[in-house]
Amino acid sequence: MAAKSIISRPVYGTLSPQPGKHHLFVADAEGALAITDLAAKAPYGFFADAHIIFIPGQDGRHVAALEALKPAQFYQGPSFASALPRLKQTLANAHMGLRLYLAGTEGLIGQAMQAALEAGIDHTAIQTEHRGSLARRIQCVHCKGITEKVTTQPATCSHCGLLLLVRDHYSRRLAAFQGVCINAEDRSEIPPTEEIFR
Amino acid sequence: MSTGTTKLDVVVSDVVPVNELVTRFHFRRRDGQLLPTFSGGAHVVVEMRDGERTRLNPYSLMGSPLDTREYTISVRRDDAGRGGSLFMHRHVRPGMEMVISYPVNLFSLDLRARKHLMLAGGIGITPFMAQTAQLAAEGGNFELHYTCRTASLGTYADVLKERYDRRVRLYHDDRDERIELDRLLSSQPLGTHLYVCGPSGMIGWVRDRAAALGWPTETVHFEHFAAPQPGAPFDVTLALSGKSIRVGEQQSLLEAIEAAGVDPPYLCRGGVCGQCETNVIAHDGKFIHNDHWLSEEEHRSCKKIMPCVSRFEGRSLVLER
Repeated sequence: MAAKSIISRPVYGTLSPQPGKHHLFVADAEGALAITDLAAKAPYGFFADAHIIFIPGQDGRHVAALEALKPAQFYQGPSFASALPRLKQTLANAHMGLRLYLAGTEGLIGQAMQAALEAGIDHTAIQTEHRGSLARRIQCVHCKGITEKVTTQPATCSHCGLLLLVRDHYSRRLAAFQGVCINAEDRSEIPPTEEIFR
Repeated sequence: MSTGTTKLDVVVSDVVPVNELVTRFHFRRRDGQLLPTFSGGAHVVVEMRDGERTRLNPYSLMGSPLDTREYTISVRRDDAGRGGSLFMHRHVRPGMEMVISYPVNLFSLDLRARKHLMLAGGIGITPFMAQTAQLAAEGGNFELHYTCRTASLGTYADVLKERYDRRVRLYHDDRDERIELDRLLSSQPLGTHLYVCGPSGMIGWVRDRAAALGWPTETVHFEHFAAPQPGAPFDVTLALSGKSIRVGEQQSLLEAIEAAGVDPPYLCRGGVCGQCETNVIAHDGKFIHNDHWLSEEEHRSCKKIMPCVSRFEGRSLVLER
């Protein structure tokens, strides 16, 4: 569970069934468990108007559990990038009354929210629940490159190679935390690396 | 002086009867300067000096926000009301000097919206006159559904049709035309915001259906100025200023507090903005809450009151004022 630090650091809740005409879920890996937990609280027939977009983890688990909810549509893809066109298309054709639920890693929640914001959904109207890895998606403020699945502090920018302090400062527009050079004064100073975003 | 209630010295530049119930008033600054800019949905509080009595009533600005040479308001005559609208209709004439507040907007457009869906009932059309003018100038995407009792009471329906054609849809009660609300709400593209202004029953109906059909609360905007209701006189003790006052039958609690020389904050005087929220120190009796500001839970708690529109019945009431 992510602790609140500074105001831009996202906090997540617990998925709960909302009144609506259609329900769109986007989840990865253990995010599936947030959906099955919600299902236990959902009214009868709730998933008849639901669409689940799921990106399984390495272990490939939870697909059967989600299919068992009998959503109107179920999609699984190998990566968020592969699912994104489908998500964008769904949002582009959607009407008011569609409710959005995001569950899983912060990278998935952030990127799906980014697509939703572009489609005109207010971030406060989106249900989110963090499950699984604490790995972060970061943007290097120097070269602007995005590095995915960062688990260490500091972390190396996968584009320009600078050693970055991973901050709690988060951008919804970029769907990324901010990474700032940790040793700008003296590049030979290498602080110890710890794995803290597991 | 109360927050946001800086005053403007104006002269009535025109008075135009619109139909059997509604009259339009135009104001210009006495010093000939431009009026302050405002955005669609804003209102001003008009001071009416009626003999010994001063009335302060809020009215939506209905002119285009792009033209600040004058402000225009439309006032529906309410023969059973407390007299503010009757004063405007009977006594306000071109050339008369009046005082109005700076504009305040508690019903503004959310300009992030992909589309603006507007629902008006009766005189609730006035804020939409300004909002549609603002949006049309920016190429904004809007659709207005306007319910009126009869065609002749459809204030500005002809103007709106002429300006915006198919973006305006009219419904006449006497022809049994009704908004198909569920279908309308469920066919809007994602990113639409909903605005409703009209009688409180209509606002309640629209808010309930929108919530049930999955419209997030942040996409539903509404404005209803509750006119203070007359009622039995009651006595109040103002603990901080050490005064005891009596609220008259035709007077609001806020007006009685002001008449006693105490100057509480206010903005809308219609139970909407929350400025005049007042803590209750002690009470023996029953509250008659008429505001849209406090939650139902707060109403039940008997710990707060909105003196602009709400009243009290009982033995004693002590307020932190």
